[in-house]
Amino acid sequence: MRKSIFVIAFSLGFILLLAGVASAQQSQPTPSDDQVNAIAKQLYCPVCENTPLDVCPTTACARWRDLIRQQLAAGKTEQEIKDYFVKQYGARVLGTPPPEGINLLVYLGPLVAVVIGIYVLYRVYRSWNKTVPESNAPPSSSGLTPEQDAAQDEYIHRLEDEVRKG
Amino acid sequence: MEEITTEQAQKPSQKVIPRWGRMIAWVGLLGLLVVVAMVLLRNQQGPVAVGQKPPSFTLTTFDGKQIGPAEMAGKVILVNFWASWCKPCEQEAPDLESAWEYYQPRGDVLFIGIAWTDTESASLAYIERFKITYPNGPDLGTTISQAYRTTGVPETYIIDKQGKLAYVKLSPFTSLAEIKTAIDPLLGP
Repeated sequence: MRKSIFVIAFSLGFILLLAGVASAQQSQPTPSDDQVNAIAKQLYCPVCENTPLDVCPTTACARWRDLIRQQLAAGKTEQEIKDYFVKQYGARVLGTPPPEGINLLVYLGPLVAVVIGIYVLYRVYRSWNKTVPESNAPPSSSGLTPEQDAAQDEYIHRLEDEVRKG
Repeated sequence: MEEITTEQAQKPSQKVIPRWGRMIAWVGLLGLLVVVAMVLLRNQQGPVAVGQKPPSFTLTTFDGKQIGPAEMAGKVILVNFWASWCKPCEQEAPDLESAWEYYQPRGDVLFIGIAWTDTESASLAYIERFKITYPNGPDLGTTISQAYRTTGVPETYIIDKQGKLAYVKLSPFTSLAEIKTAIDPLLGP
C-alpha cells in the first residue's frame, strides 16, 4: 500500500515537472515574422545592395532573417542582434551608418548646410534692406532725402542761370 | 552743358565675410571634394591586379585557428571566396578539394576558403557536404573581401611564393585540370 502511494506521488510529481517545462517553453514562443522584419528592415545584405533585408528575396537574405529569428528566440535584444551583424558582416549592413569616423559627414553635413543656408539668407535679407539709404534723417515733403534735395536745388539753380544767360 | 545727375552714389555698406571665414569655407569645400574623389576612385578600381602585392590578412578559421602572413610566407596561396547560398561555388567545391588533396603533401601550397556574407551554420553545413578539409573561415566584417575589392562569389586569387598575385579567377573553376594549370607554373622545378 505504501509502495503504491509512493509510485502515485512520484508519477504526479513527474507529470507536474513535464507540465512546468512545457509551459516554460510556451512562454518563449517562436518570434513572429513581424518581429523579425522589424529588425530586418534596418539591415541590408551586401549581396543585394539597396534592398532592405525584410523584402530581399534571395537565399542569402532568407538565411539572415532565419538568423535574426534564432537570435530573437535566444532572447537577444534588437541592439545586440544589430551589433552581431555589424561584427560579422561590417557596418555597411546597417541602414543608417554609425556616427563615427567619416560617417560623421552624413550627420554633420546637413546641419552645416542648414547653418550656412540660414547665414546666406540673413546676408541677402540684410543686403535688400541696405538698398534703402542708410541716412536716418527723415525724408522731406517732396519725398526726397536731404542729399537728393540738395542735388535737385543745385540743378535748378544751374538751369535758372542758363535761362538767364540764354 | 554739364550733365548733372541727381542719382547719388550709394554704395551699400555691406560687411565682407572675414578672411578666416572664407578660409574655413574653402578648406571645407576642398575637403569634401577630396573625400568624394577618393570614394569615387575606390569604387572605380577593379579587383586587385595580377603582379601586384595583394592585401595581407589574418583569417580566423571556423575551428578557431589563425592563418596570417607568417603561415602564408614562401608558399603558393590559393584564396577562394565562396558562400553556401552560391550555386556556382558548389560547382567548383569538389574540384578545389581534390586539388587541395593533390597539393597538400608538398607543403608549399596552402588553400584558404573565405565564407562571404554567410551564416556560420550554413557555412559549416556546406563544408560538411563537400567534405572540405582545407582551412576555411568567415570574412568577419567583410574586411578581407573589401581589401581584395571582390565583386561577388566565387572568386579565386592565387599568390605566388614571392607574395605577388599571379592568377585571378572571377568565376568558378570548371575542372581540376584548370586549377592545376593555374598553380603548377608557380611551383617551380
